[in-house]
Amino acid sequence: MINLEVPRKLRLMVDQAHRAAAEVFRPNSRKYDRAEHTYPVELDMLAALVDGLNAAGEGNASAGAGGASRRSRPKRSGEVRNGANLNTVLATIELCWGDVGLLLSMPRQGLGNAAIASVANEEQLARFTGRWAAMAITEPDTGSDSANIRTTAVLDGDEYVLNGEKIFVTAGERADCVVVWATLDRTKGRAAIKSFVVEKGTPGFELVRLEHKLGIRSSDTAQFRLDNVRVPKANLLGSPDIDVSRGFAGVMRTFDNTRPLVAAMAVGVAKAALEETRRLLTEAGLTIDYDGPAGTRPAAVDRYLRLEADWEAAYLLTLQAAWMADNGKPNSLQASYAKAKAGRSATTITLGCVELTGTLGYSEETLLEKWARDAKILDIFEGTQQIQQLIVARRLLDKTSSELK
Amino acid sequence: MSSRTTSGPGSNSAPGREPRRDAMSLGIAALNKLAGSTLIDRFGLRRPVERTVYEATRTGFRTIAAASRTFLAVARRSAPARLPASAGSNLFDLTPTDEQRMVQETVRDLAADQLRPVAAEADAACATPEDVLDKASELGLTLIGVPEELGGAGTERSAVTNVLVAEALAQGDMGQAVAILAPSAVSTALVLWGDGEQQARYLPAFVGDNVPAAALALAEPRPLFDALAPATVARRTAGGYVLDGVKSLVPRAAEAELFVVGAQLEDAGPVLFVIESSTAGLTIEADPSMGVRAAGIGRLVLERVTVPDTALLGSTDDYRDCVRLSRLAWCGLALGTAQAVLDYVIPYVNGRVAFGEPISHRQAVAFKVADIGIELDGMRLATYRAASLAEQGKPFDRQVALARILCADKGMRIGSDGVQLLGGHGYVKEHPVERWYRDMRAIGVAEGAVLV
Repeated sequence: MINLEVPRKLRLMVDQAHRAAAEVFRPNSRKYDRAEHTYPVELDMLAALVDGLNAAGEGNASAGAGGASRRSRPKRSGEVRNGANLNTVLATIELCWGDVGLLLSMPRQGLGNAAIASVANEEQLARFTGRWAAMAITEPDTGSDSANIRTTAVLDGDEYVLNGEKIFVTAGERADCVVVWATLDRTKGRAAIKSFVVEKGTPGFELVRLEHKLGIRSSDTAQFRLDNVRVPKANLLGSPDIDVSRGFAGVMRTFDNTRPLVAAMAVGVAKAALEETRRLLTEAGLTIDYDGPAGTRPAAVDRYLRLEADWEAAYLLTLQAAWMADNGKPNSLQASYAKAKAGRSATTITLGCVELTGTLGYSEETLLEKWARDAKILDIFEGTQQIQQLIVARRLLDKTSSELK
Repeated sequence: MSSRTTSGPGSNSAPGREPRRDAMSLGIAALNKLAGSTLIDRFGLRRPVERTVYEATRTGFRTIAAASRTFLAVARRSAPARLPASAGSNLFDLTPTDEQRMVQETVRDLAADQLRPVAAEADAACATPEDVLDKASELGLTLIGVPEELGGAGTERSAVTNVLVAEALAQGDMGQAVAILAPSAVSTALVLWGDGEQQARYLPAFVGDNVPAAALALAEPRPLFDALAPATVARRTAGGYVLDGVKSLVPRAAEAELFVVGAQLEDAGPVLFVIESSTAGLTIEADPSMGVRAAGIGRLVLERVTVPDTALLGSTDDYRDCVRLSRLAWCGLALGTAQAVLDYVIPYVNGRVAFGEPISHRQAVAFKVADIGIELDGMRLATYRAASLAEQGKPFDRQVALARILCADKGMRIGSDGVQLLGGHGYVKEHPVERWYRDMRAIGVAEGAVLV
């Protein structure tokens, strides 16, 4: 039966996440925006709390990327589930209403954790539980074209030897380990690309530098060099076989789970901006009237409502993608719908909110200008807007990547 | 008056700043007059243009409203029958019920087999063919919203089902969809807000074999129209009301036997009135519009229309809900037409070859298709959410407003991109995309006519 409201049983968790965002993230938001590269110590306490929630809630209550999980099978056919994926996007929305950068800095909730949750085998799942895993895909010469990565992995006895360079590794400095994408054979294309868990401190795994960024400054973004880094064979996630027919399927499956999460981040930060703007406009004497005529309402109200409409679409597309994952429905298309819509809307909305609030929103007195800077990354990482459009277009038009380039 | 700081009307080319008429423009005006004179006809210089009566200008077709059947209460009822709110669900769920899926499939078949093939003709004729209306009526779509005790098939509020029906019909053709749904807008209004007597008098006809044409008339033909402040007024008299005003976008206006009309009731605010078409003072004017033409759109002119006390339908709060639920129905229609656009452009851009390959291999084309998919899905979810809240009896003003903005803005862009993707072929009537472009402009403009 069609119902798009958050069920009562999840509202408690949503409220908890909201309180954590309000009490821990918001008060520290500006502080770590200014103190880039400083570790937000306040998160340790919160992370312990989240670990506790995860343990208590049958893996149901979750915050951050660690909550992404593989597609679950419905208990009985026809039975609808609201499971871990929906939980996680809802929690992520609330926490990013607090602060996107701080969520990305949450210990043990890295995108690498999502990769592990999505593709690891049982033994690996057990072994990496409780570890904080970052994700390393991008290289200096390879961004969206991730099938073309140059980092190599060569089997030598019981170990793989990794060589290459990785950039834009979120939480790369702070994480315990990094999930590194590397190719087993550059001539075999995307099918040969595998992900490897590399422990920090492994000889040859060198942190080169940290980036200075437009936004999400509380989250560290690292560059690594891999110089003959030896990784145990058992740290290759998924199957070591190069199955050309399956192509990218293994590593790409991660994205079906992480894209709704990034969409949720975008929905969260945009929600924060809309709420603050609404408060300021209301203080300034405007009334947000949903029924009123589009032709004669104040321009600021009209603009606000249009931004809110885009938010509504982004929010519902995000929930849809998570709901499909919870109910065993293939959601690659809808995950990209959500990421594309939420990514671009978050940027439009947060920038629009700064415009609506004038120099007040532009100044560091409020967080509006910060949210507009933070939001931009959400239309870039985990697949840019343009990559999402490519994915969507190829699916709708039934085209291969060699036809529709 | 001149000012150095404010732009005034002058000779610069900007909207609203027409240059003064000079000798040149007077000459052009004279040419135009000549072109319009009967002289050139006498010399056979103009190809004869046939126009149906309905396509004539507004003043060229003006008639009294259709005679109405005699609506008589079959049984006195004191308490109105209402459909209870849906129980709702304790889960986030995007799965339609089995019954909804069944209705959806049946209506989609009707849309594909009956509506789509005659859509171009119906658009040109400004009317929906009788047999299409008959086939739709055989499905008993009106029954869904009428309680069982009044002869219908409804057991609870079904805004979601109604949205799904509107969507499925509009996938075939929006204009005919509006014609088909017009009577159920009136019956739904009576179920939701009618008192016992109004229901007993009017609803039996809507669950019978011969469902009357009927129309919900909320819109008015002027810029800055505010549905919540209609210029049509109702004044109290001894024993009733007198109404004056003009309503627009009235579907099947010429044949409608019953109207539900929005009017400002003196100091009370906007309310609805049930008015039988044979009431003195009602005039119908044909009002063919940009699109949704198959709905047989007209204006309803009310001149000192006297109605009894019992014509007042519901309260001012009910009126507000009526505006919202009507907007929601238009969102449902937008979804269907947008889906039709998407389904049509995909094979076209895959088949059309330029520069040695299908144009869908170019990102400039492919990304437009991607955006149609993305925005349509967002429109759909926002509309379903509003409908689901409405049928559960929860506040839905916010969701309707947001769904309407999405369906108007993104829907119109989809309509426009549909034409753009076909290029010149999209601009000619060999393809339906130009009609969808015209239909889509109704979303955000329309008030009334349909209701969920």
